Amino acid sequence: MSELALTLLRFGFLALLWCFVLITVSALRRDLQAPDTAAIATAPMRTGRKPARSGRIRPRNLVVTQGSLQGTVLPLGSAPVTIGRAADNTLVVDDDYASSHHARLYQTEGRWIVEDVGSTNGTWIERNRITGPTLLEPGAPLRVGRTIFELRK
Amino acid sequence: MSAPTAAPEPLAETEDTAVHVPNRRNVELGLLALALIIGMFAYANVDLAVLGDLPPNFLAVGAVFIVLLGGAHLAVRYLAPYADPFLLPAAALLNLLGLAMIHRLDLADEQRAARQEIGTPSPDVVPQLTWTALALALFVAILFFVHDHRRLQKYTYTAMVLGVLLLLSPLIPGLGTTVNGANLWIRLGPLSFQPSELAKIMLTIFFAGYLVVTRDSLALVRRKVLGLGIPRGRDLGPILVAWGVSMAVLVFQRDLGTALMFFGLFVVLLYVSTQRRSWLVIGAILFVVGAILGYFAFGHVRLRVEVWLDTWTYASDQGYQIAQSLFGLANGGMLGTGWGQGYPQFVPFAKTDFITAALGEELGVTGLMAILTVYGIIIERGLRTAIAVRDPFGKLLAVGFATVIGLQLFVVIGGVTRLIPLTGLTTPFLSYGGSALVANWMMIALLMRISDRARRPLPDGTIDPTGGLG
Repeated sequence: MSELALTLLRFGFLALLWCFVLITVSALRRDLQAPDTAAIATAPMRTGRKPARSGRIRPRNLVVTQGSLQGTVLPLGSAPVTIGRAADNTLVVDDDYASSHHARLYQTEGRWIVEDVGSTNGTWIERNRITGPTLLEPGAPLRVGRTIFELRK
Repeated sequence: MSAPTAAPEPLAETEDTAVHVPNRRNVELGLLALALIIGMFAYANVDLAVLGDLPPNFLAVGAVFIVLLGGAHLAVRYLAPYADPFLLPAAALLNLLGLAMIHRLDLADEQRAARQEIGTPSPDVVPQLTWTALALALFVAILFFVHDHRRLQKYTYTAMVLGVLLLLSPLIPGLGTTVNGANLWIRLGPLSFQPSELAKIMLTIFFAGYLVVTRDSLALVRRKVLGLGIPRGRDLGPILVAWGVSMAVLVFQRDLGTALMFFGLFVVLLYVSTQRRSWLVIGAILFVVGAILGYFAFGHVRLRVEVWLDTWTYASDQGYQIAQSLFGLANGGMLGTGWGQGYPQFVPFAKTDFITAALGEELGVTGLMAILTVYGIIIERGLRTAIAVRDPFGKLLAVGFATVIGLQLFVVIGGVTRLIPLTGLTTPFLSYGGSALVANWMMIALLMRISDRARRPLPDGTIDPTGGLG
């Protein structure tokens, strides 16, 4: 093998190695810039009309204000949040009065909707037991079993 | 309750977009092909430089890797279609580069044996290739059997028992073997095996499962000192136990690297799960106490530190290895000597602990930086997975795996380049050694399983019509 050929191979290899790195990093940057899959799945494609959220604070966290998990803060993304005692919930509550799958929160147009998913003791906003998907205003107490939640900025 | 404002059209569109969540499997396939080309390039380059000819089995080896990596890729397509597309190619590239360097050092050993007219040593690359195949098979098996990483939480304490048993098993008389002064191997018939590598997976599962349950009380703060919340006295128990076990590993197994890795992992997970910086401070204090105790109590720790501070005094005896490693890196310089044209075989244990020095010599800083960036990509994807996944156990597990790889890399490469005292851990994916390779591929499989969960669109339809609102 001639000296020249080996030198070419040496530089060629380093170039190829960096090609891998640069291609990966550029693909990865696209991946970082793309909204995460949950956002892709839930964000409605809309043009022109902005979601009606002027003057409304957009909640960022779901906070437990009362119950065994008091003080827990769950940062909200755009994916739905499920609440219950079973381990596969987003927020697992340790509460004898909650059902294994109790309630579900989901976002639409920057607002959070709560629905009961067949719990025994019901899901309550202030003093009202909800019967269907209901808008949850920031600051309003949401009760599941003996645990009370609140949306906060 | 305000009136619903959603028009039906955007909702229909929403359902449409939900179907087309990109899973980026083709990106993975493309990168995997590039990794394979780079690996085969390295293999050909080694033989061209050392023997002057292409390896005779070049196409056969290529076919083997196409089958192995293609199989892994197809398994991901079917078993974890939304998994992160960068983890598999990055790990595969590192594995291939490791194999190429082990082959290159095999050739150097053969030439030395020929010069000294002793029998040709059996090449180490063959068992390493077998281990690679086994590791990829286990990678597929984990994706197949572990449908949901959250089920691992049920085995929190089983994992603890297994992890501690694995960690301490080299101490069992008749089972453990002492290799190079460190007591971290077990021998079962013809197979020797480094159990601490599998223990790191078990203990990551245990730490994650344990901290998910206890983090609320561990996050409690009694009073603040200098802006740091000081945890309650009785909550110090777990960190003291982790510290004690790490010290036991250091004392009885003389394994500085493993001790450092496990304690670091626990402290990082404690910090991530409680979001209390005070745990980092407490961990650092305990580390310093342990380091000082180790320095004064144990000769092998003191020797490592002295060799680190004063390498050139010891350059012909205890510091020979690190001195040769530094000579090699200097010989490599910016662009390296090229595959097969340096002298990486002069460093003792070039195939295991010092494989980064060998790669640094032949590929130079330029090549070593590329390799470190590939590790950085693996770690970044692990942490990214932790951010994306929504269940706390999965978050801690992903952070734990990324931390283990990162800490291990720091300890090894820091040691080889004399940034920190030499500790002796394997370099993930690159080093010769089957148990480490298998364990690292298992971690990649679990990370991909978690990222599949994190990136998968929700099964119940992603959004409900707001018709029933109000």
